[in-house]
Amino acid sequence: MSQNAWNLLFIGLSFAAYIFIAVRSRAGSTKEYYTAGGGISPVTNGMATAADWMSAATFISMAGSLSISGYDGSRFLMGWTGGFVLLTILMVPFLRKFGKATVPDFVGDRYYSQAARLVAVICAIFICLTYIMGQMRGVGIVFAQLFGIEIWLGVVIGGAIVFFYAGLGGMKGITYTQVAQYIVMAFAYTIPAIFIAITLTGNVIPQLGFIGDYKGGEGAVPFLDKLNNINTELGFAEYTSGSLSTIDMFCITAALMCGTAGLPHVIVRFFTVKDVKAVRKSAYWTLSFIAVIYLTAPTVGSFARVNLIENLHDTTYAKAPQWMKDFETTGQLAWVDKNGDGKIQYFGKGKSDSKKDDAVFAGSTPSFDSSTARGAYGQRLLKNDIITNNPNELWFGEDMMVMASPYMGKTPAWVIGLLMAGCIAAALSTAAGLLLVLSTAISHDLMKKIIKPELSDREEIKWARIASFGALVVGCFFAINPPSAFVAKTVAFAFGLAASSFFPTLLMGIFSKRINKYGGISGMICGISFTLLYIIYFQFGLPGLGKGTSAQYLFGISPEGIGTVGMLLNFAVSFIVSHFTPPTPQHIKDLVESIRYPSAALGESDSAPVDH
Amino acid sequence: MSKLPTDEEKRDYWSHSIRWVFIFLTIWFIASFGCGILFRTWLDENFPKIGNAPFGFWMAQQGSIIVFILILIAYSKVMGRLEKQLER
Repeated sequence: MSQNAWNLLFIGLSFAAYIFIAVRSRAGSTKEYYTAGGGISPVTNGMATAADWMSAATFISMAGSLSISGYDGSRFLMGWTGGFVLLTILMVPFLRKFGKATVPDFVGDRYYSQAARLVAVICAIFICLTYIMGQMRGVGIVFAQLFGIEIWLGVVIGGAIVFFYAGLGGMKGITYTQVAQYIVMAFAYTIPAIFIAITLTGNVIPQLGFIGDYKGGEGAVPFLDKLNNINTELGFAEYTSGSLSTIDMFCITAALMCGTAGLPHVIVRFFTVKDVKAVRKSAYWTLSFIAVIYLTAPTVGSFARVNLIENLHDTTYAKAPQWMKDFETTGQLAWVDKNGDGKIQYFGKGKSDSKKDDAVFAGSTPSFDSSTARGAYGQRLLKNDIITNNPNELWFGEDMMVMASPYMGKTPAWVIGLLMAGCIAAALSTAAGLLLVLSTAISHDLMKKIIKPELSDREEIKWARIASFGALVVGCFFAINPPSAFVAKTVAFAFGLAASSFFPTLLMGIFSKRINKYGGISGMICGISFTLLYIIYFQFGLPGLGKGTSAQYLFGISPEGIGTVGMLLNFAVSFIVSHFTPPTPQHIKDLVESIRYPSAALGESDSAPVDH
Repeated sequence: MSKLPTDEEKRDYWSHSIRWVFIFLTIWFIASFGCGILFRTWLDENFPKIGNAPFGFWMAQQGSIIVFILILIAYSKVMGRLEKQLER
């Protein structure tokens, strides 16, 4: 069977399963549409949440980022899992007790103001849109690879599929399809890793191979030493060292953690289980399911690094493996023969004259000449200016690493087909969950609660579908023109926005009786606008100010980590403003008191299942 | 069904659960920011290696995630026990 046949077989089978499940469990009421009517078992919910959680960024981009930056990539590993601890301990039991289906609902009621609700809706829209951009980019990359087309076309095809599929079932359908998606993802991620671990380290368990010995050459050397040596020989930083400053690393990790805890689409997940006990149980199941993939990611990244260099460095283009040319076709890899020897050279910053540069060409992504023109060895030609102050000839996007690793490890063709199905499952499940929250924010919080209270159930679902279509179009547009070339980085911005707006506001809303509506609203506005402007200024440039350079970073903190500063700003503004304005009314103090006792055992009525 | 807890018992429950939240978050901070970022270099040099991986590096890439799972399991058990005490 050919590679294409395997790919289509696995993707076809998994899609048939998703659509079958989605159709079988179509939503009949708004309650089912938003929260699946409550009453889903903790393990099932754990799996579904894990699928929702692990986005295309995790699945496609994270291992690539680990592969390239080594230790620095730990920020994603710790950030996304550590945030889950915050979410479980500080947020979910209390928000659940409060008993409203959406985060803007909580903000609106706790800060007793429609203005607060509106600000929360706007924040939710910004966060979800940024996140959807990353997902659609991921979908695009997979489809591009699958059919050998350019990424933009892949994004359009992926967008159409996500829309069809997310609008169909609502939360109930999504929960059960996500269980299926989790299973596909887990196998798709671990099986290639096992194959590669056996070839490289002789160990069946990738995590043990990672800390074990490298068996690829003569004699056994510690795998990580081998990796460090390869890296330093070619002028890269040591794999286990990393090059981010401690403060930047700290801030990015903190922003990812707090952002995770403020992400509306994950908070909503925990409204679908029976009671608060089941919530806590569901939480550790979720994290265990997530860990299956997160503990494998560093191994995939490091194995791919060794394989990539051994496969490509100092190889002639003519003899380079076919997969390299495939990725060149989709525009995720480019080679410029600077020294004219017909061989691919891959070098890091350490090999350049200034020790600071390893760029192959000017600009962040390659723009290729018309697709038929070829260079002397058959390579695609670039329109970008070539940078000649360093010897590095190879450019590739971090996002291609995971998909390329089975080819590099020479695994059987069916493994690659499985991986493709997993990539699509990851992007679809998260995009569907996000679209649901976004459409809820618009149909329920904006239309029903603010603009038109007499809206019927049926009309509400109609608005939800219109909203998800709009969001998808915007998401696809930015996926084709992304704020950052890498999926994981785009997604990191979404977390920064969530960390600077929802996380502090929810936290203060739950644990403080003193923070009033003025404090809450001004805190959210200051936090998210500061973060958003900082990101735009350094990624796109602002009108009148131009685009910032990394030398101008505040305390050396990059836009990925600025959410942490935005969060502190939110806390500070909220406290100061609340101090100088009238205190919260008594019924809000009672409300805050009541959510402290989340369990039915405390004589309080448990709120589930959530109703409107 | 047993009698409902008094206000005093409820306050007691709250102060206990808050104390546990602080304990869990302290462990959470030490495992991730502490071992993985702030004291990583020192730990790499002075702590025994995990297999062939330096300690701080291993904590950042693997260990912290394992600790997080343990925290959530412990959290679930501890909170369940606190609530049971009130039910009695």
